[in-house]
Parts: sequence; structure tokens; C-alpha cells
Amino acid sequence: MRTFSYVRADDVDAALRAITDEPNAKFLGGGTNLVDLMREDIERPDTVVDITRLPLAEVEELPDGGVRIGALLRNSHLAAHPVIRSRYPMVAQAVLSGASGQLRNMATVGGNLMQRTRCLYFYDDAAACNKREPGSGCAAIGGFSRSHAVLGASASCAATHPSDLCVALAALDAIVELRSSRGTRRVPLVDFHRMPGDTPEIETVLADDELITAVELPPPPSGVSRYRKVRDRASYAFALVSVAAALDVQDGVVSSIRLALGGVGTKPWRAYQAERALLGAPATEESFRAAARAELADAVSLPHNEFKIRLAESTIVAVLRGMS
Amino acid sequence: MRVKFTVNGEERTADDVWEGESLLYVLRERLGLPGAKNACEQGECGSCTVYLDDTPVCACLVAAGQVQDREVRTVEGLGSEEELDPVQQAFIERGAVQCGFCTPGLIVAAHDLIRRNPCPKDAEIREALAGNLCRCTGYEKIIDAVHTAAAHSRGEATS
Repeated sequence: MRTFSYVRADDVDAALRAITDEPNAKFLGGGTNLVDLMREDIERPDTVVDITRLPLAEVEELPDGGVRIGALLRNSHLAAHPVIRSRYPMVAQAVLSGASGQLRNMATVGGNLMQRTRCLYFYDDAAACNKREPGSGCAAIGGFSRSHAVLGASASCAATHPSDLCVALAALDAIVELRSSRGTRRVPLVDFHRMPGDTPEIETVLADDELITAVELPPPPSGVSRYRKVRDRASYAFALVSVAAALDVQDGVVSSIRLALGGVGTKPWRAYQAERALLGAPATEESFRAAARAELADAVSLPHNEFKIRLAESTIVAVLRGMS
Repeated sequence: MRVKFTVNGEERTADDVWEGESLLYVLRERLGLPGAKNACEQGECGSCTVYLDDTPVCACLVAAGQVQDREVRTVEGLGSEEELDPVQQAFIERGAVQCGFCTPGLIVAAHDLIRRNPCPKDAEIREALAGNLCRCTGYEKIIDAVHTAAAHSRGEATS
């Protein structure tokens, strides 16, 4: 690990001052991704601004029926919160399906959004990686590609966004609140992460001097909701495919649908094409399958991940069938 | 930098700490507490699990500066040689230790599980210990030990 300076911020203004004043500084939350990547010499900040003591760890109920989640709330506290468990069960299910107990105790909500989109080649400094070393190439394309994305990949990068939480947040139309010394702005979660394109090293729309202060959830969608994660083992593994779904059926017809996918996309993947196909359609297996196929029509596989296209289709159908 | 925090109920100070040191390094190399083990240094294996403000974390991923004025409890703080914690006693009784490298982290993780869930089922034990890797035992004896420890903690005798 390289030498760096450590600054502890006690309030948001101090954190914003530190990130603006110090060149090449990064915010430190739970550290479960950043500290690991610093040790691997992949992240190289000159200054680390510790924000874990900022007063941003509450879940606040909003007058419109939504909730505001502080960015420094720990993942385990989010998953255990009674309001989240009762009104946004897919959020609790998604969080509990990720990482291990120790890591969920450390990791924060804001940090979950900011974890790097990554694959094994990103960690391997003997391999080419456009994300780690822009312009160096991509060892995954032409390499071992079983874990990689089938939606949203470019010729530069096919790494998947690893978050479970963000898949649920994408389905729920979450809004990310960003603050800087220039003011506050609100970005829909679905627009927060970027597609890799030619610049896979730039993963989000967050500016260098901006801090995630909160994630807001609008009132929960009607009907039932669920997060289902398919992976190689029952615990402590990234998703091969995951599905966040909220479905309401009236008189046999889909009256409300939210669908997002994990494990298959280069960002948390809101399945808008499937939603369009489903809304107003009969709540039958045929509709579910047609909607899944509509979403996956543009999927492009690499040599080892073609199975994800079929697995995503089957998982979408199984989840929706189980909810209707 | 100087880092001052409470470890196993005692206020401790470490001086000349480099910013890149982890809580694990400070515990082991500066405070003479080698119970928590240094294995993967990536938060993958759980060998370094300690309580930070009463919550189990991977000490290898906690930057030293982050523990200022906070409270840490390590495996050394769970029992004494004269009076082992029920989890430690159960690991001995059930032969849940082989090379022993993962054991301190498993003891802390199992201790936390039993506090939260006094009567855990097999699946709950497996899930709670998912972040603690053991390459020797195959986990069966460890799961036995957690059942035994839970029974001891409930005040039940075990055979």
C-alpha cells in the first residue's frame, strides 16, 4: 500500500472542504472495497477522508410515504430496519444476500453504490484491464468470461456491477442525493452508474468533489415484491443472475410491474423493455417469458457466459410466476 | 499518528501508527494481541474478526485511524485461561480445531450468532459463518461446536 494522509471529517461541510482542498482524495466509508483495492495498489489516493462519523446513518420516513436512507447507514442496519423490512422487503432481501455478516456490518449504503464495477482481471495486475489502466485492453474479452455481463458491455469492458442492493434500488426508482460545495443535486439511481463505453474507468456520474448524502425511496410500488439471487453457492458469492421484482395483478392482468436485473449487466439493470411488455398483459407464464425475451433480445454473450441469457430468462419467469 | 481506543475494556494507545496500518496490524503488532489472525487481508476469510463497537467486523479492512475513541473486543477478551467462554469450551469439546488459524475468527462470529440467536439451526449457523473460511475441518465439527456452545449458553447440559 502506498503512503497517504488520513483526515477524519466530523460534519458534511468539513468532508466537502477536505475533498476539495486535498488533491487526489477519496472518501472512506466502510472500507470493504476501497481499503482492499488500496492494498492491491489499484486505488491510489493521496488522502483518505474518513466520513464514517458523519451524522448520515438514519432512516427517515417522508411525508409522501417514501423513506430517506442516510448514506452512512451500515448495510446490516438497513436490512434490519423495521420500516425497510415491512415496506421494502426486496431491499432487505437484496442486502442480506450479499457479502458476509462481517462485511455487511462494515459496508455503508453510499459505499455500496460506489464499489467498483469489477472482474477478476481488474485485480490481476499482470492482465490487461481498461478499467485499471485505460487503453491497456481487456483480458476478459477473449479470456475467461463466465462471470461477465451480457447486457451493456462494450469492446472495452464487460465487468458486471456486483451490488445486490443497487438492483433493488433500481427497481424502486431510488434517487441518490449528492452534495458538493456547489450545492445539492438529485440523480435517479438508474442514471447514477454509467455504461462502460470507451471509458470504463469512469463508472458513475459522481464528480470528484461530490459526496453521496442519502438515497431516497419513493412510496413502495403496489403488489408484492421480491429479490431472488442465483449463484454458484448458497451464500457469500456474487450473483450469476439476480432479479428484483414488484408485481401487482388485477383481474388477471399486470397492473403494476417493476423489474431489475443483477449479475448480467455492466450496471444495475432496470428491465424497462420487459416492463413495457408486461404492463397490461395477462399475468401468465407466456407473458412473463415474452417479456424476459424482449429484455434479453439485445444480450450479447462472450464464450463462457451464454448460459446467463437463458438463466436470466428462467429466473425472471420463475420469480414472476411465484408472485402471481 | 497516535491512535487511542478501548480494547477488551482497557484504554490503549498506539503511537507512530502509519495511516496505512489496519486495526488488525495495530492489535497484533503494536498491542501484543495476536489472537485475531492475518490471512487474506481482503475481508474474505474472517480470520481477523473482532467486535468493533459490539459488531463483528474484519479488522484487516478497518483503517487504524477509524478506531479512534471506539471500542474493540478481541477473542482474548471473550474468556480467560481459567474460565473459557462457552464457545471456546465447545470448540475444544467437539474437536472443532485443526490447524487453528481460522479458530479465533470463528469463535467471535459464533459468539455473536449465539447472542443474537440462542438456538440456531444448521442453516442459520452456516449462513452466519459464511464469512469465516476453514480449510481443514470441512465445517461439520464447527457446526457441532456452535450447537454445543448454544446449549451451554442456554444453561443446558450436553453429552
